[in-house]
Amino acid sequence: MSEAIPITEHIYDCVVIGAGGAGLRASLGMTHAGLKTACITKVFPTRSHTVAAQGGIGAALGNMADDNWKWHMYDTVKGSDWLGDQDAIEYMCKNAIPAVHELEHLGVPFSRNPEGKIYQRPFGGHMRDFGEAPVPRACAAADRTGHAILHTLYQQSLKHDVEFFVEFIAIDLIMDEEGECRGVVAWNLEDGSIHRFQAQRTVLATGGYGRAWFSCTSAHTCTGDGHGMVARAGLPLQDMEFVQFHPTGIYGAGVLITEGARGEGGYLTNASGERFMERYAPTAKDLASRDVVSRAMTMEIREGRGIGSGGDHIHLHLEHLGHDLLAERLPGISESAKVFAGVNVTEEPIPVIPTVHYNMGGIPTNIYGEVLRPTEKDPDNVCPGLMAIGEAACVSVHGANRLGTNSLLDIVVFGRAAALRARATITPGADQKPISNDLLEPALTRLERLRNASGAKPTAVIRDEMQQTMHRDAAVFRTKESLSEGQTSIDAIAKSASDIGINDRSMIWNSDLVEALELENLLDCAQATVHSALARQESRGAHAREDFPDRDDETWMKHTIAWVDADKSIKLDYRPVHTWTLTDEVEYVVPKARVY
Amino acid sequence: MVEFMLPKDARPTKGKTHPAPVGATNLRTFKIYRFDPDTGENPRIDTFQVDIDTCGPMVLDALVKIKDEMDSTLTFRRSCREGVCGSCAFNIDGTNTIACTKPIASISGDIKVYPLPHMPVIKDLVPDLSVPYAQYASIEPWLKSDTPPPTTAERLQSTDERAELDGMWECILCFCCQTSCPSYWWNGDRYLGPAILLQAYRWIADSRDEAAGERLDNVDDPFRLYRCHTIMNCTNTCPKSLNPGKAIAEIKTLLIKRR
Ligand SMILES: Cc1cc2nc3c(=O)[nH]c(=O)nc-3n(C[C@H](O)[C@H](O)[C@H](O)COP(=O)(O)OP(=O)(O)OC[C@H]3O[C@@H](n4cnc5c(N)ncnc54)[C@H](O)[C@@H]3O)c2cc1C
Ligand code: SF4
Ligand code: SF4
Ligand code: FES
Repeated sequence: MSEAIPITEHIYDCVVIGAGGAGLRASLGMTHAGLKTACITKVFPTRSHTVAAQGGIGAALGNMADDNWKWHMYDTVKGSDWLGDQDAIEYMCKNAIPAVHELEHLGVPFSRNPEGKIYQRPFGGHMRDFGEAPVPRACAAADRTGHAILHTLYQQSLKHDVEFFVEFIAIDLIMDEEGECRGVVAWNLEDGSIHRFQAQRTVLATGGYGRAWFSCTSAHTCTGDGHGMVARAGLPLQDMEFVQFHPTGIYGAGVLITEGARGEGGYLTNASGERFMERYAPTAKDLASRDVVSRAMTMEIREGRGIGSGGDHIHLHLEHLGHDLLAERLPGISESAKVFAGVNVTEEPIPVIPTVHYNMGGIPTNIYGEVLRPTEKDPDNVCPGLMAIGEAACVSVHGANRLGTNSLLDIVVFGRAAALRARATITPGADQKPISNDLLEPALTRLERLRNASGAKPTAVIRDEMQQTMHRDAAVFRTKESLSEGQTSIDAIAKSASDIGINDRSMIWNSDLVEALELENLLDCAQATVHSALARQESRGAHAREDFPDRDDETWMKHTIAWVDADKSIKLDYRPVHTWTLTDEVEYVVPKARVY
Repeated sequence: MVEFMLPKDARPTKGKTHPAPVGATNLRTFKIYRFDPDTGENPRIDTFQVDIDTCGPMVLDALVKIKDEMDSTLTFRRSCREGVCGSCAFNIDGTNTIACTKPIASISGDIKVYPLPHMPVIKDLVPDLSVPYAQYASIEPWLKSDTPPPTTAERLQSTDERAELDGMWECILCFCCQTSCPSYWWNGDRYLGPAILLQAYRWIADSRDEAAGERLDNVDDPFRLYRCHTIMNCTNTCPKSLNPGKAIAEIKTLLIKRR
């Protein structure tokens, strides 16, 4: 069947899949370095999910109060509950300061403090003096920081003539007999054509997979496509059990209210009007780490102190901040609260609930963005030709729980690192071994199978079953019972997807088919998440097991790696956490109890 | 994408009707523009009866529900579902806006959803936006400055200078304004249009940018700028409450001052 499909061939030095903050920063760096680079994206670049980031990007600039990148590093390690790799965390926090200056130089319209420097606000888990008290570290453009950064990076891409392939859907990686990645197969929605991008380096910057859950702050397009491509290439996913619930998603709509709202002085209350965070986190209070606040809110609701007729949500108060501050620093969330909750934030509290927000896990990489194919002998073994960055990747700087502002930082720092690595390891225009179209067969077969799928279950039905299962069983609190049930049902749902049926048979803008392709990716992610979570018998960061309430460094200070086989069975293994720093400028942060 | 341009006189015909599931009581009728590029047949208007009791509050929620439960071939762009990505711009109930922040309850009678007007349609509600994208690139929307920035610090900008950018940098490039402008409809190949001129002024107004003169030269043209006749459809329709009409007036004032 696939013989009939004409294939347009392209040869590049680098092909980047994704035009969010990570993909754009990498594409810019690669193009700038003289590498012929293609950037493929399923949505127009400025519509990527990075545009939704609100509160800020973390860097110890010290514009508002004394700060130090070593404190930032300490907070990130502590936030990660010691699952983060400290070499990577050192690299990120040290490079944060020049990275943010660079963004400003490129034109990002940051808000300003009275001295005309970049404005910074406090954020959860960001403290001074190794955990003493909150420090303003989130560099902000009002509450639309992601928009400011993404649009600026796109503008710079125009300036530097990055070659875009917009509304192209990447289907699968091209892997050769030696296990090297040689490029990617993509489908052009506009005219239905199929393209083969051959490259010396293929970079996955495809974002997270929040859409595996029923309610999430993520866009419809956050479907773990890079994760799925990696899984189908026989490579593992790492730490997939660690899923961040953001404390303040708008009740019902799932739309985010930034943690920066609490950074500006907002606070949470329960049904009796109590500021309950004081009980759970005496020092950081409402600015404790996200996992801590989300668990506290869930406890309040469970113990009958939730708000509303169902007692199922919490209030976030901003009324006391005053109209002017809200209009200047939090205009975006004021609008969201009005539109999605019907709340005027100058007068009433916002109903909120912990909502799926970020995937700490993803495609394992080293600090250069090179994808790992861990082996028995070498847990850090690299898969040649393939790189991953941004939320799709797991470097791991976020470990078991990401601090707010550290993702925008992650995407620019490691986007740049990937470009530097490509420049250091490949020659522009170097000859590439020819690849035979046989290597494209799996991708083309997959596309044709789904395009002609006429099974009994519509995509939307399977997706709904998956989302309900994840919502119920891969939640804030987990037990052996909930996870075993979740595992049985998610495995069954994944198997039932062979009976999928779609209706649109066209090649042009067939969004029915796009959603089917995305669903397969989401299912791989969902299975890996639940299997990894059931296996991990401890509580760490965002993974809270009621049956194993404590962190167990002895047995579990290790990264989970999960392979999703073609028959939908899951294989798990583990690799060590990097317990060393990159340089001797800082010392390894020794594990201790995590108190805020 | 000329192939997908509809013949000038192509009028949509009446399409299929999809009734609501039995038992649904609180119904709203959606009339949605459909165009199938594979058949190339005239566009049609399909009718969908949606059970509002089991649907989210926004027009986008209804479109998603229709795609999920009634007709999975319905094609439209969407991503953030919170009014920040600019994907879901359509002509809804006669006005251009983004569907994800447009409450169904704010519309009385049948809810008509059409693609953004006067753009070539690729399929259903998906227009070809390559012209406005190219126009955006043509104004060179990036910071231009000959003064090198400090090596280990940010450039300084006072809070007042920064405030000049408010109301402009927030643009989500949804092109609701662009495609509501009569001047753009008739001269879209040469007139830059409100969305693009707003961005041109965003850079002119940035205290860090040193290319205001060059930027003014770039737009000082009977077609690129002066097709705007201050009709103000653009400002009235912007779902983010921005004011492109005012930005255009500011550019014209600067050009007069310069003469
Ligand atoms: C509401 C919200 C607020 C947030 N606020 C903050 C904050 O204040 N600070 C912070 O640090 N972090 C924040 N985050 C997290 C942060 O925004 C994201 O983690 C980050 O932007 C991810 O960037 P990315 O470049 O990895 O991926 P994305 O921006 O998601 O981009 C993914 C790209 O991949 C492309 N793509 C995906 N699949 C395919 C495919 N199959 N074919 C072709 N292209 C494909 C898409 O088109 C897109 O261009 C927030 C997240 C949310 C949801
Ligand atoms: S004010 Fe100018 S740009 Fe705006 S709609 Fe009218 S003519 Fe078009
Ligand atoms: S000015 Fe408003 S309507 Fe026009 S593109 Fe920008 S956000 Fe959309
Ligand atoms: S889906 Fe992003 S603006 Fe509507």
